[in-house]
Amino acid sequence: MAAATGTTTGTTIIRNGYVFDPLNGINGDVKDIFIRDGRVVTGLTSAEERDALIIDALGKTVMPGGVDSHSHVAGAKVNAGRLMRPEDHYKSTQAKTAITHCGSGYTVPSVYKQGYDYAAMGYTTVFEAAMPALEARHTHEEMRSTPILDMGAYMVFGNNWFIMRYLKEGDLDRAAAYVAWMLRTHKAYGIKCVNPAGVENWGWAKNINGLDQPNIHFEVTPRELIRGLAEVNEMLGLPMSLHLHANNLGHPGNWEITRDSLMIPSGIGAKNKSDLLWAETKENAKRKQTVYLAHAQFSAYGGSSWRDFCSGAPDLAKYINQVDDVVIDSGSVPFGPATTMTGDAPAQHDLYMLTGQKWSNTDVELECGSGVLSLVYMKSSPVHSVQWAIGLEVMLLIDDPWKTIMTTDHPNGGIFTQYPLLLTWLMSKKARDDTAKECHKWAYDKSTLGGVDRELSLYEMAIVTRANPARTIGMAYRKGHLGVGADGDVTIYDIDPTKLNLNETKALTAKLSRPDYTIKDGRIVAKKGEIVSVPEGRRFFCRPYVEDELEKDMLRDVKDWFKYYTVGFANYPVPDKYLKNPVAIQVNRPLEALVRR
Amino acid sequence: MAEIHLLTKGKVDIMIEAEVIRPEAFAGKKKEEIEGLIIWQGAAQIPLAEFFDVDVDGSAGLTTPEETKIIIEGDVSRVKRIGQAMKAGSIEISGSAGMHLGAEMAGGSIFVHGDAGSWSGREMKGGLLHIGGNCGDHVGCSYRGSWRGMTGGQIKIDGNARSQLGGGLVGGQIVVAGNVENFCGIRANGGAIVVKGSAIRGVGAEMNGGTIAVCKDIKQFSPGFVEAGREENPKIGEIQLEGKYRKFTGDYALGKNPKGTLYCREV
Repeated sequence: MAAATGTTTGTTIIRNGYVFDPLNGINGDVKDIFIRDGRVVTGLTSAEERDALIIDALGKTVMPGGVDSHSHVAGAKVNAGRLMRPEDHYKSTQAKTAITHCGSGYTVPSVYKQGYDYAAMGYTTVFEAAMPALEARHTHEEMRSTPILDMGAYMVFGNNWFIMRYLKEGDLDRAAAYVAWMLRTHKAYGIKCVNPAGVENWGWAKNINGLDQPNIHFEVTPRELIRGLAEVNEMLGLPMSLHLHANNLGHPGNWEITRDSLMIPSGIGAKNKSDLLWAETKENAKRKQTVYLAHAQFSAYGGSSWRDFCSGAPDLAKYINQVDDVVIDSGSVPFGPATTMTGDAPAQHDLYMLTGQKWSNTDVELECGSGVLSLVYMKSSPVHSVQWAIGLEVMLLIDDPWKTIMTTDHPNGGIFTQYPLLLTWLMSKKARDDTAKECHKWAYDKSTLGGVDRELSLYEMAIVTRANPARTIGMAYRKGHLGVGADGDVTIYDIDPTKLNLNETKALTAKLSRPDYTIKDGRIVAKKGEIVSVPEGRRFFCRPYVEDELEKDMLRDVKDWFKYYTVGFANYPVPDKYLKNPVAIQVNRPLEALVRR
Repeated sequence: MAEIHLLTKGKVDIMIEAEVIRPEAFAGKKKEEIEGLIIWQGAAQIPLAEFFDVDVDGSAGLTTPEETKIIIEGDVSRVKRIGQAMKAGSIEISGSAGMHLGAEMAGGSIFVHGDAGSWSGREMKGGLLHIGGNCGDHVGCSYRGSWRGMTGGQIKIDGNARSQLGGGLVGGQIVVAGNVENFCGIRANGGAIVVKGSAIRGVGAEMNGGTIAVCKDIKQFSPGFVEAGREENPKIGEIQLEGKYRKFTGDYALGKNPKGTLYCREV
């Protein structure tokens, strides 16, 4: 028997568990999982088996490690949320142990606590949803200090001056060259687009309300930006599709503009040109979508004002059910304290006017903006109750689980530690009905949730928390499944699928909150919620290329406009030392580049 | 019934944090067990017996918190968090107490004969906190970052209070026999504050509910209040005031329809 965490021989066997691995079509089969040197293998030699760390998973549920594809966990706005909310910290503290750092914070935990809490819940991979280029160093510093988790960050481009100028001129080539250079320079993973054209208008205290409304000065429309960035994404062949935070977010009646936005990239076709070795999977592990809608709950509102507010999720779901090029994450609302933080600064101002809560706002020169606000979602509130219902409707009314990902848009809709609660609602109609009784009656009156009988199975639960987030962002080459060659990231829940009782909702939530084991790279990191080892995570980013001439041409523009920045061009990039265990994904690399670069 | 006497042993150097001095922590414990309770001094954890001589009367070891009375003899103005989060029983202090006395308390009673430090009765939920002398800032107030202060219970101050008394008050009642300084009842949303003496400035700033009465003068009146009439012998909760008062609504600095009420004695 090897050391308790399985480090000496690097081999681990998980015996006799009920395995749920959707990308390999495995639905609760009793199987052994073998891990050597951090990777899943078909089997071990008898000598290796003798020395392996053996985990008995008899009568338990075995899944790939959790993957969160949209969470706000690192960077300037996250830290602003920490700084402006001391009350969020002194009431939620965690003492250090022999191997873990102390930490604090409930809605916005410190980086250490964040890493431990995710791992304790069975998650091993988390992607930061919005990184402005100017805040890239800060974001990488926080990711570098986050223990255990494998991470990456998406870069915001929807209100970037260079992009707005190129796309207004219809110059897709230079826009692609700029995006490629930016992702390489700032070690970012993919393209995020927040309230395209709208945040720029916020500089003049205005917003954008229609897809064909040109913004101030640049006179570019949201439609041009969404179409342009989606095309650039597929020209470069990035692992993830365009990640869209739609216009008019958080406003009653916005489901229509959301649907219309999702139609814009239709017909482009997904192309992943990353240069990678893919682990074996039975299903296609490459993404099909060309647009990945962030936190659909905030973009699926009906009605025309807060007085006649209602769910727009059924209408939005109807469109998504008809198409194959859209994936959403839910951004659900599990009630309780939250800290809203987004690059959509005008939306945050509207929320401030509505609630009067403490609010902060930032303009990131030439690139974007952001806002942070403290908030409590209450069951007694009619609007919050409908938001709760919408957050579950978007998951349940979209028929194909491969089009949905479960999130709370942490910490906007709720806190990531509330995922188990959210899963319980998705898996149990009784849990939903029980909560609806405690809510304002609008929860069921103003949504269709009361009439939805669907209950997610463990297999579907594995899709929306593991397989699909990994596939959607292009990480399924190693994450989100247990095929040969995949990372040895495994969660073992104390749930016997043959005896699962969906009426015992509290017990289900507790079991999902504290899995028996969280295993990362074949090594136990958490046991029943207690952290037992603290490995360093990896930092993923993309290195896309365009032709040299094009890049030089584009850089001339960038250098010319750099005079508007308050930073020098030489200080702009993120140096390599900001990344611990970096994993660069080469994208769109020309063959000769292998020699030249 | 059990009476537990704590007698101070000389001067405390770095202030100590003694949230263990509350009836729940003492009830059902023998003398030795109480002596072994841990008190924080900076980063060090030190047994209670280092700072206090413990003497137990009555049936200690058997009693419930309701039947437990803690009597502290001597000056404990360098001891913080006495009675924090207590729910039942009583504490009596013959000298002065330090910061956070009775913070977050939900029931029972505390009587301090001397002065009490800042943050006493912070975010209190219930029970009675009676301060015989003067007290510091932020008494009955919310803590840093939050505007949700005292939600219930009663604070009686026989002397003066300093600034931000009852900040973010949501419920409960505070009565000050003496004077207050600045921003009494700032951001109040409910509850009642009666100041028998005078105030300096900022009374009721940004309040949106609840009632404040100042029986002597306010040196600098908050600008966001509008007169709403006059009343003779108004009643604030259960407290009957005597004399003629001008009644104000505010604070209009916060919004268009504020619901705070401020009474001010007519001169």
